[in-house]
Amino acid sequence: MPTLQYCTFYLDRLLFGVELKGVQEVIRSLEMTRVPLAPTVVSGLINLRGQIVTAVDLRRRLELEARPPDALPMNVVVRSEDGAVSFLVDEIGDVVEVEESTFEPAPEMLCAGVRGMILGVHKLQVRLMHVLDTEKACQMMEPAEVAVARNKLGA
Amino acid sequence: MSDSDIVKDFLVESYENLDRLDRDLVGLEKNPKDKEALAGVFRTIHTIKGTCGFLGFSKLEKVAHVGENLLAHLREGQLTLNPAITTALLGMVDAVRQMLKEIESTGQDGEVDYPELRETLTHLLSPEAAASNTAAGKLEAALQAAAPPMSLGAILMQQAGVTPEEILLAVKKQREGDPRLMGDILVEQHAVRPADVADALQIQRTSRGQAAASDSTIRVDVGLLDKLMTLVGELVLAHNQLLQISNSVEDAGLQAVSQRMNLIATELQEEVMKTRMQPIGNIWGQFPRTVRDVALGCGKQVNIEMEGKETELDKTIIEAIKDPLTHLVRNSVDHGIELPEDRVKAGKDPTGRLILRAFHEGGRVNIEISDDGAGLNVERLRQKAVERGVTSVEQAARLTERETFNLIFLPGFSTAQKITNVSGRGVGMDVVKTNVEKIGGTVDVQSTAGRGTTVRVKIPLTLAIIPALVVTCDGDRYAIPQVSLLELVRLEADQVRTGIEMVHGVPVHRLRGRLLPLVYLSRELRLREGSGQSGKSDKAVNIVVLQADDRQFGLVVDTINDTEEIVVKPLRKQLKTVKTFAGSSVMGDGKVALILDVLGLAQRAGVVTETRDRAFAEKGTEALDKAPQKQTFLLFAGPGDARMAIPLDALARLEEFPVEQVEMSGSQWVTQYRGQILPLIRLNVVMEKRRHKLQGLQGAPAPGSGPLQVLVLNQDGHAVGLVVERILDIVEDRADVKSAATRPSVLYSVLIGDRVTELLDIPAILKSAATVPGPQRDSAMHAARGAH
Repeated sequence: MPTLQYCTFYLDRLLFGVELKGVQEVIRSLEMTRVPLAPTVVSGLINLRGQIVTAVDLRRRLELEARPPDALPMNVVVRSEDGAVSFLVDEIGDVVEVEESTFEPAPEMLCAGVRGMILGVHKLQVRLMHVLDTEKACQMMEPAEVAVARNKLGA
Repeated sequence: MSDSDIVKDFLVESYENLDRLDRDLVGLEKNPKDKEALAGVFRTIHTIKGTCGFLGFSKLEKVAHVGENLLAHLREGQLTLNPAITTALLGMVDAVRQMLKEIESTGQDGEVDYPELRETLTHLLSPEAAASNTAAGKLEAALQAAAPPMSLGAILMQQAGVTPEEILLAVKKQREGDPRLMGDILVEQHAVRPADVADALQIQRTSRGQAAASDSTIRVDVGLLDKLMTLVGELVLAHNQLLQISNSVEDAGLQAVSQRMNLIATELQEEVMKTRMQPIGNIWGQFPRTVRDVALGCGKQVNIEMEGKETELDKTIIEAIKDPLTHLVRNSVDHGIELPEDRVKAGKDPTGRLILRAFHEGGRVNIEISDDGAGLNVERLRQKAVERGVTSVEQAARLTERETFNLIFLPGFSTAQKITNVSGRGVGMDVVKTNVEKIGGTVDVQSTAGRGTTVRVKIPLTLAIIPALVVTCDGDRYAIPQVSLLELVRLEADQVRTGIEMVHGVPVHRLRGRLLPLVYLSRELRLREGSGQSGKSDKAVNIVVLQADDRQFGLVVDTINDTEEIVVKPLRKQLKTVKTFAGSSVMGDGKVALILDVLGLAQRAGVVTETRDRAFAEKGTEALDKAPQKQTFLLFAGPGDARMAIPLDALARLEEFPVEQVEMSGSQWVTQYRGQILPLIRLNVVMEKRRHKLQGLQGAPAPGSGPLQVLVLNQDGHAVGLVVERILDIVEDRADVKSAATRPSVLYSVLIGDRVTELLDIPAILKSAATVPGPQRDSAMHAARGAH
């Protein structure tokens, strides 16, 4: 039975996992530069050894409650199509190895904004691990004006 | 290291040599008497030939040999370079290049030894020269005089009869770690006498003097540079951690070391970054050859000129724009520049000019390819657009000149009268556009009929190192590209009250008698929500005077730090939509700072107003000297208080009708006007696309509401009333800054009086009004016709 390895982390007490092979590294809280006027899910930019990485607040992205202001987030740096992106998470969990058979798609009732991002869950012994689609989570909603302009151009 | 490494070095070196040959030969054709250049060409060929022999590529050596023979004659003055010889020599360069490719992939120099080419090259020698055998002797003499410093092995092969195998064996030993010199190894192998080695060393020493320049550079693998870059990054991170510890320990010694390390690490990072930069001249080098070949192929005469060769770009970008630029250059020669006869007829020099220009501007690298050819034919482009079904006839007629030019970037759009071998290669302008856009650049074309065409490629700063002014605003640093910077103005606390005045809520400063609009960075970036207004502050004010397009404005910041050379990194797609920033950069202390996009900021602040519509309204390209005529517009407020305009010519009269005078004809409003029935078109009705939303707009106007403001239009001899909210003004403006319309019944958005205004499409409104439920347009028109 083929197994998959996931890097897990917690968001608002929920367990999430991203495929280990897509994870570049996990680091503690880094100093961040805020980006005015940016989409709210973008927390800022961090300097990862000379490489500038966008930090995405996964709590906001997944429409969860905001992180308490005194809690320092951890960075899960993943490789996306467009280079490295850092996910801000509450806490890092273990690397878990799961079999495909424990997977089940997410229930339909998931709210629309989140449905595409959560591929499903793996039923671990004690809890459920949400499987996150890294690419989807990295994609930002375009401001309406951009979308309109693009439609107009037929692009 | 192994044999294959030796071959690899040979290949890299030879490719470079061949590129130089291309350049030199084309240069020589212009100036055949240039001895210096001729010697250079000869040396290059000779080096290639020599190394081939050494490595055992006999076919390659054979081809190079005939070329060298021909060059020897040229060098001796027995022959003069003419186009036929140049073409043959360039053919040889291509053949050699082909064979090198073969070696690269298979390790052998291929099956072909180009007998025809060799025939041609031999034939080009004058009969007596070809017959005489002196060429070979002269060649040796030339070798002595002009050969580049040779390896000891090569000299020993010539002088002491050492075999290539023996030398190869010795080289291999050295590369495997034998620390001894080549001479010593050979002596040990009994391949040569010590005295011969001493002689050879002497020869080598004399020849080495000529090559001092090449000793100052070395070849480094890009992968190695990338690795260095990562390591430097790691160093910076580790240092930052040390910094945190040293701050908490309060040890003066440790802090001093830590600070020093900070400086070193930063500098190291910058320098390593710079190693990736290359002058654009590196890819331009091949263009003289390209231009020559294309021009010759289509019977044209073209001179290529280059400006700004030294403009530096990151290696990856250089690679990415190489093909698009080549295509643009070929295109200019093939389609842009006319045949010599046509040029003479048009009163131009029979030789066309092709100018390549590269420069930094507005924080971007601009590359222009201009020709002085026939220019683009607007009519033909429009025709073609209609034929291709890209636009309708009406739309085509309405396209501005620039919009029309930009049609050439659509896929499959070619106006070339005939397909030549240059244009039929499947790389169209659309591919150029796609490739340039892939690296975040833009392409724009300008043209004047009969005067020429200019294609401008703008490439983002990505990875380029630029000088920037670093400022602080609300605790964060921002970098402003120096190119947009004009000057810095500081108003001391006591000058602020008088120095900043208000023009209807807009803060301005009198800078040498002219009003400079002020933009507060903290407010534009919404850093301090609802924070204090300008003028009232009792603190000193720092104003950064910036240039955005043709306008100047003052950016008010908290502190002006310093100018720095910064390495620009692009913003990822998550932030691409934020137009106020052009990129980001890592500052000396390891923190990230955002780079302001001055134009984007100016647009946001309303200093310059224009949607950056990438297809049609790319900025900064209105440099053509044909400024549109000023026009007079009637400005009015349309539905939802939108600012709208119509040309004054279209207006017959302005009228005001009390609502009581409005009558219904079906669901159409009409009124009696000068003894006739005037149909009233309600803008809010025609501009609302979806019919079902019209509920509530039907029926007669509510009694008691204010009088209707009506523009009486005189369109094609019919009078029609247009109901608007409010008449604003009559203004004169060029209205030359346009962007595409965002809704029906609007021609386009223009800047009138520096504000975005929608210019109404009157024919479209009349047409859609006729389909609004109510009386047919005919009857309305009929009624109106009576008025005349």
